[in-house]
Amino acid sequence: MSAAAAIVGIGQTEYSKDSGRTELALACEAVGKALADAAIDAEEVDAVVRYDWDNVDELTLATHLGFGNLRWMSQVGDGGPAGNGVVMHAAAAIAAGLAETVVCYRALNGRTGARIGHGSGAEAVAGAEAFQVPWGMVAPVTQFGQFARRLMVEHGTTSEQFGAVAVAMRRHAAANPAAVMREPITLEDHQSSRMIADPLRLLDCCIETDGACALVLTSAERAKDRPKPPVTVRAGAQASARGGAGEVFRDQLDRSEAEVCAADLYRRAGLGPGDVDVALVYDHFTPFVIIALESFGFCGRGEGGAFVAGGRIEHGGELPVNTHGGNLSEAYLQGLSHLLEATRQLRGEAVLQVEGARVALSCTASAGTSSAVLLEGNG
Amino acid sequence: MLTGLPRPRPDNDTEPFWRGCAEERFLLQSCDDCGSFRWPPGPACPRCGAAGASWREASGAGTVYSWVTVAVPLHPALADQVPYVVGLVELAEGVRVVATIEGCAPAEIEAGMEVELRFDTDADGFRLPVFVPKQPKGGIS
Repeated sequence: MSAAAAIVGIGQTEYSKDSGRTELALACEAVGKALADAAIDAEEVDAVVRYDWDNVDELTLATHLGFGNLRWMSQVGDGGPAGNGVVMHAAAAIAAGLAETVVCYRALNGRTGARIGHGSGAEAVAGAEAFQVPWGMVAPVTQFGQFARRLMVEHGTTSEQFGAVAVAMRRHAAANPAAVMREPITLEDHQSSRMIADPLRLLDCCIETDGACALVLTSAERAKDRPKPPVTVRAGAQASARGGAGEVFRDQLDRSEAEVCAADLYRRAGLGPGDVDVALVYDHFTPFVIIALESFGFCGRGEGGAFVAGGRIEHGGELPVNTHGGNLSEAYLQGLSHLLEATRQLRGEAVLQVEGARVALSCTASAGTSSAVLLEGNG
Repeated sequence: MLTGLPRPRPDNDTEPFWRGCAEERFLLQSCDDCGSFRWPPGPACPRCGAAGASWREASGAGTVYSWVTVAVPLHPALADQVPYVVGLVELAEGVRVVATIEGCAPAEIEAGMEVELRFDTDADGFRLPVFVPKQPKGGIS
């Protein structure tokens, strides 16, 4: 799939805590804007790759937006990691000659609808949940907090280092007019924020958002004629841990499959961490930025806590991370908003533009599964 | 144990475990081909792929691998039950299970701490395994 496909359009709705609209309406707006950005007519869309968690299915979206015949329809699982996953799968379909113009989207009323961060209202639980929920492992923070604890146990990572991630994301969001949380915070604010599932505090947790965002990908050939400079998909990778179902039963909680994902990604792209100008890291909880930066080779194992401190991951730092504010402060669109920011950076149209950014990494480490894409600008 | 949370819905793969709980026995599947234990319960051995397995009673000894202290009620049933500790306990048989860690202050818990199995029963007679710090020999358990 190397360099066969490119992102040529992006679109998003308002991000809010109360959209007052259906998820279908949000999806239609975001996808419509992405197609307009690409100057591609809806009837030219011949493929949809979406999150399997999305309540808006491809046929409903296609019906309401007037897509033509869909020749490729697929779904990527596992929530957050699907952000990079849908881009990888779309690029693979294009590279295989099975589709030419692919739409990817994530639409959710994550604040006013079903809240992922809260316990399910189910009366009975099955599968891996049956071996978690009865003991109070009822929400993502109770699962992913176990990973945070292991980082602290194995590497001495501290809550203040988790806090450095939260502060950096908020600093970026403060400059982003689209972000939901723009009030700057300090490390002291983080340390005094309410404990949710010790060691994770309120400001270690991502926000919950109503909104949608979307991308349009097409072949490298067709991408040349679009109004905006294309953003080439250099490579993608997914990785599942051994024992990945239920998240917490895997062998290692501080690492697992993310290093495998990184090795596959860099090998396929012929690039390494030293080539990355800006990183977009799935930040449902602050410790996962630290796990990702270690796993994707920006620092050694156990060194991520020190790496994120001192402004290194802030705009103007050595490795700017989530220049839009991430899931922690911009919006929680389950990772897809990170791909939009990567695209803006490589087009040179980001609010907090990284000067001369040419290569962007978007990655998700050990959040159920791991996934990543390497994108390259042509501006 | 925590009460009022969603109950497990047993199926053919997991029913023996839940029946064991009702009898105050923590049952684990041991592969009939390679002998390895697995968790959560399932229809195939993750190590060798064999379908055949026998349910064996765990010794009840374990160590704490990870844990969080939940401070806010993330489910309506938990409103009066916070804080509580839910963690991952590595059983002597080599599998890691989710359970509450009870019988000590959260601040006393550390990685590698030895714990032992206990069964608790709620007002409806539903029974769950929990773990408590290992009691000194001859002590009250």
